[in-house]
Amino acid sequence: MSTRNAICPNCGAEIRFRWSGAVQTTCEYCKSILVRNDINLALVGKAADLPIDISPIQIGTEGIFNDKPFQVIGRIVYRYDLGTWNEWHLYFSDGSNGWLSDAQAEYAISFQNSMTDGPPAESDLHRGLLMTQHGVPLYLTVITEAMYETTEGELPFTSYDKEQCRFADFRTNDGRFATLDYSENPPLLFLGQFVAFDSLKLKNVKEFEGWPTA
Amino acid sequence: MNPAAPRKGFVPKPKALNCPQCGSQIELRALGAAAGVICSYCSSTIDATNPQLQIIGTWQAAMTIEPAIPLGSRGKLKGVLWEAIGFQQRGINVEGTNYFWREYVLWNPYQGFRYLSEYDNHWNFVTPLQVLPAPSMSGLAYAGENYRSFQTARAYTWFVIGEFPWMVQVGEAVDTADYINPPKMLSSETTENEVAWSQGEYIPGTEIWQAFQVKTPCPPPIGVYSNQPSPYAGRVRNSWLFYGAMCALLFCLMVFFAILAPSKTVLNKTYVVNPASTAEKSFVSDIFTLDGRNDNVEVGINADITNQWVYFSMALINEETGQAYDFGREVSYYSGTDSDGSWTEGGKTDDVLLPNIPGGRYYLRVEPETDPAVAGGLTSSIPFRVQIVRGRPFYFRYFLGMFLLLIPPIWTSIRAAAFESKRWAESSTGGSSSSATDEDE
Repeated sequence: MSTRNAICPNCGAEIRFRWSGAVQTTCEYCKSILVRNDINLALVGKAADLPIDISPIQIGTEGIFNDKPFQVIGRIVYRYDLGTWNEWHLYFSDGSNGWLSDAQAEYAISFQNSMTDGPPAESDLHRGLLMTQHGVPLYLTVITEAMYETTEGELPFTSYDKEQCRFADFRTNDGRFATLDYSENPPLLFLGQFVAFDSLKLKNVKEFEGWPTA
Repeated sequence: MNPAAPRKGFVPKPKALNCPQCGSQIELRALGAAAGVICSYCSSTIDATNPQLQIIGTWQAAMTIEPAIPLGSRGKLKGVLWEAIGFQQRGINVEGTNYFWREYVLWNPYQGFRYLSEYDNHWNFVTPLQVLPAPSMSGLAYAGENYRSFQTARAYTWFVIGEFPWMVQVGEAVDTADYINPPKMLSSETTENEVAWSQGEYIPGTEIWQAFQVKTPCPPPIGVYSNQPSPYAGRVRNSWLFYGAMCALLFCLMVFFAILAPSKTVLNKTYVVNPASTAEKSFVSDIFTLDGRNDNVEVGINADITNQWVYFSMALINEETGQAYDFGREVSYYSGTDSDGSWTEGGKTDDVLLPNIPGGRYYLRVEPETDPAVAGGLTSSIPFRVQIVRGRPFYFRYFLGMFLLLIPPIWTSIRAAAFESKRWAESSTGGSSSSATDEDE
């Protein structure tokens, strides 16, 4: 991983990029949202405070998925009607990036993927809708209206200019899943699978007062 | 790789909050993870997803239930420590009768949410599923196993306290469907927005009592529950396998003894008796050897008689010890013709099996008696053949053994069928169970 350092244009703190592909990051000290244009960092806003944060995962958590080590380098917090959930941005040892979603401690790992079949129109979305991508039959189980609550760390795209988005979640008979992110047109496809917490062999997780660490 | 600066994350225990409705202090256990918190004093559902803690609503619970597992207590199940943080009583209404069951929310900050459900002291450990079970011939297929449809119902929440991963409220209704593959069960809960699947696994109440160190005695389960493992599951199959194995063993023994100790003819000789003769009719046979230690001896007689009887007083005598085995046999054979046609009665042969004759040198003493009058003056002698066989295989005991061995597997099968019929008696969908009989009382 090529590390490049920069200076926060707001508070002067050192900004360290862990991933060369990062487009946006948040200053750890002053919570400024910084977007990388070539070599300069542009201040585009300020990250909101994190909500009541009970995810065991944090920036710097390391784990293993499909025998590939990863590190958590960023995070998007979405708000929906049952509270918030986290999409942790993962940087894998082979240079690829993916997402670890943590919704009420239900964990899933996904990767942005190309679409082999055209996505359903946003107006056609309904529960039970069948979509096939990469030969995988996927059933729409839930449509979630979400808001960007806040972000943390390094992200592969800018989020400061987004507020609301609609997600269509698809499940399968075998533990795989897909999400269509309708915040862009055409929507973005994320394909992945649900994972058991223990299978990720996470290191550097948060500690909970009164609980033995996992 | 340049490691991230390790930020030692630490999540303190959530602080208690005051119910915005009634002001009572509510102890929190999973703030941030739980979406809904229900005040145990005023039954208000509080939205815990926002720091503002808005009241979602206040419902007068129709009843108050004390959870058997106190909220806040912890127990290790399936190797993971869980804390009971929420409790609800749900009910279904079947033909005017309410049937209630209870559900506990379990939480672990790393593993998330699990549930315990209890009905008539039958317990299930319930894990939410992210996989969609696929429809199959017999109901549903999940993880390579088939589940049979057992029950569909509309479930209402009657009482609720503690913390839940959703905004649970008294009066909440969901459509439930249960599919069973004991000891496992798949359940779906359908609301307007979502179908939530979960997998339950039957777990003895005593295991939960021990894990959570519940002080009250663990009440025994009542009746048979939908996914309760049958105590006969496996035993039916095993009892029949055992039966098959025992039959094979008996058959091998039968063959083994037939080969190892084949029956042996030790005497086969024809004698004559003259009914008219007044001379001493008794005689002794040649000496023959009976092999082995204790075994049976078959004495067969074949007398060439018609409308005649012969009574044989016989003794098998050990030449060395003088021990005699006395027995008498009669051979009689009659035939003729009457208005119904020809008839016969009796037979010309007779066999007797003498059990447990020790090995040694023996001879047979024979004293034939017959009716001189019937001979009608005919002085013709009656020839009769005496055949002595040592070690006749005694097949009957093998067949008796095979028959008696049938009792346990048949009994087990009947008990197993009775258990299944009790299980399916509670089913509203009947699954695809055509084999469930109703013989049980």
